[in-house]
Amino acid sequence: MNIEKRSAGASSSTRTTLPPRGRAWRALAPWLALIACFAAAPIVGAWLSPSGAPQGWLLACLAQVATMIVFALSYNLLLGETGLLSFGHAAPAGLGALAAAHLFNRYALPLPLLPIAGGVGGAAFGALTALVAARRAGTAFAMITLGLGELVAAAAWALPDWFGGEAGVGIDRASGPAIAGWTFGPDREAYWVIAVWCVLASAAIFALSRTPFARLANAVRDNPVRAAALGATPARVRATMIVWSSAFAGVAGTLTLINVELAAAESVGMMRSAAVLIATVTGGAASFFGPALGAIVWVVFSVGVASATRAWMLYVGLFFIVVVLGAPDGLAGCAARQRARLARHGWRRCRAPWLAATSATASAAFALVLAVQWAYAVRFRADDPRAWFATPTPATASGLVALIVVLAGLAFVVGRRAARAARALDAAGEVR
Amino acid sequence: MQALVIDALNGISYGLLLFMLCAGLTLIFSMLGVLNFAHASFYMLGAYLGVSFALWLGFGWALVLAPLVAGFAGAVFEVTLLRRVRPAGPLNALLLTFGAAYVIGELVKLVWGLQPLSAPLPALLDGPLFTVGGAAFSRYRAFMMAVAAAMLGLLHAVLRISKTGLVIRAALTHAHAVEALGHDVPRVQTMVFALGTALAALAGAVAAPLFVVEPAMAESVGSIVFVVVVIGGLGSLGGAFVASLAVGLLQTFAVASDVTFGGVAARLGAHVSPAWQALTLAQLAPLLPYLLLVATLALRPRGLLGQRGDDD
Repeated sequence: MNIEKRSAGASSSTRTTLPPRGRAWRALAPWLALIACFAAAPIVGAWLSPSGAPQGWLLACLAQVATMIVFALSYNLLLGETGLLSFGHAAPAGLGALAAAHLFNRYALPLPLLPIAGGVGGAAFGALTALVAARRAGTAFAMITLGLGELVAAAAWALPDWFGGEAGVGIDRASGPAIAGWTFGPDREAYWVIAVWCVLASAAIFALSRTPFARLANAVRDNPVRAAALGATPARVRATMIVWSSAFAGVAGTLTLINVELAAAESVGMMRSAAVLIATVTGGAASFFGPALGAIVWVVFSVGVASATRAWMLYVGLFFIVVVLGAPDGLAGCAARQRARLARHGWRRCRAPWLAATSATASAAFALVLAVQWAYAVRFRADDPRAWFATPTPATASGLVALIVVLAGLAFVVGRRAARAARALDAAGEVR
Repeated sequence: MQALVIDALNGISYGLLLFMLCAGLTLIFSMLGVLNFAHASFYMLGAYLGVSFALWLGFGWALVLAPLVAGFAGAVFEVTLLRRVRPAGPLNALLLTFGAAYVIGELVKLVWGLQPLSAPLPALLDGPLFTVGGAAFSRYRAFMMAVAAAMLGLLHAVLRISKTGLVIRAALTHAHAVEALGHDVPRVQTMVFALGTALAALAGAVAAPLFVVEPAMAESVGSIVFVVVVIGGLGSLGGAFVASLAVGLLQTFAVASDVTFGGVAARLGAHVSPAWQALTLAQLAPLLPYLLLVATLALRPRGLLGQRGDDD
């Protein structure tokens, strides 16, 4: 708590010393980075590939990042702005996508307008959620949303008429009316729809988070009793925020629908709810762009690491625990703290603790990856006999053990030193 | 009628099993203010440990050793990780246990593999205990009811009679005063956490021969347990008891019934499409606990016997 306050003060003081132009740049920088990432990556990919078109996997990854960013930002309206932890955020997203898919198959809607339909569907479910959940906060709210999420997930299997059962409800992107020669059938055209919608929805969520209503939600998050005494109705504020958040979740779900042309039963499942929770918390719920960062990290894990090793869920879980323990304000909060430290102490004095912390983290991660990969390779030797260290000779095995022990010991010693140096640095700042 | 008796008994045995899980969860919640999301993972751990110990040392030892090992694991988890996060608020602690559920699930897959295991059933407990008009009630279910009832009776006695129980009950409401009187409240909290996880593991070890022991068993039971706790009212043992029995009976009767949607609609004089007509109540059984949750919350937002206010 102390650290947070101090870092907030430090960053605001640095911000006030900047000239107005620098402040505007700083506020715009993440948006420009987002747009540049979505616009430049396919162009560079097309330039590098021999066929002159961007690679399919690149577009698929970027589209996943875009949908996950919208999904995580919508989730943060609940968690960050209103302090409501939801375990069932996949339900509005999946139901919004489902409604959009049925509408698209029945009436020939233009594809770029489909996310609006999904958003309305998500908001409708959000209104139902608000009816039963808005009166509670904290742990009770979390459990109620868990129950509602499981209700929708169980209904997806029990009511195949609506949800399409095992196969899901598919759409054909090209079946809608073409706009200016774009049928949206090819991946490339669908990608641009998703990217533009990602930026639009993010901007809308940003605008919403700057309204007086969002400040009211912050007040309800921090002290509902006092907010009520000042004339706000906490349940009503929560209900409104749930509806907004569900609407944007519906938009995100529909972007997934546009990407994969399928609204499947898994899209309302617990796995998806857990994904958005992990992305938002690891990214950092306290800052606006934290969840977007977390969304990128999540896609790196679920696509990149998952394609390399079957242990990816274990890595995700451990990473999540480390973040909750070490930096409850997420990666973005951690970065903000380091920036404040840099502004206060200068590069010279920050260098040594940072170097120590980085090397400790790196060697701990390396030791962990070695140990986990080895264990998985031995365990699942029958499935994949040619994996690394699946059948190690005694010499390699003892070498591996020695390496893991040395790396873990190094991480422990250097990590303690880094923590001590960081504490000393903070104490020095306080004395001044 | 005969089937009704057997279904009721099956429902009660399932409800008692649920209550063994909910009792630990509720105790931990009232003591530490943390809803342990990993509770069902400890249940799964208990089931896997139970199978391993039963194959190695025999069924009786499994019922003793599995809760001990899982309880020890719970105590280590509380001391090393949970204690650091709790000052930051209940949501952070909930998130930590959420991450722990993932890690325990993956470690179980790593140690025991992905295949479902079948737990050995002792010959003494195999077969029907009695039959009522052709419907049999299995001996093992009766044994499960007995274990659950004995465990809960013991728990009640410990909490009500022993001095440790007195300290625990006092620490539930007046932790600072108990600490000022010279009792080690953090140690009591660790003990309660270990006790709760051991109860969950015992439930897992007892349930192992009856259900499939597989990596997905934590998720399938976990969400029902959390729903039961909310229906009963967070932090209320009595409410959890009523809600577990209600959910156990409801699900058992729904699965055993042969009511179809079409039949009900025809009796009411309504017409429904063929796809809806074939829908049976048994198919909808997984939905019922959640529907009960929604109904309870709509009528009584704090749960059946919940004490806490709206904004906790």
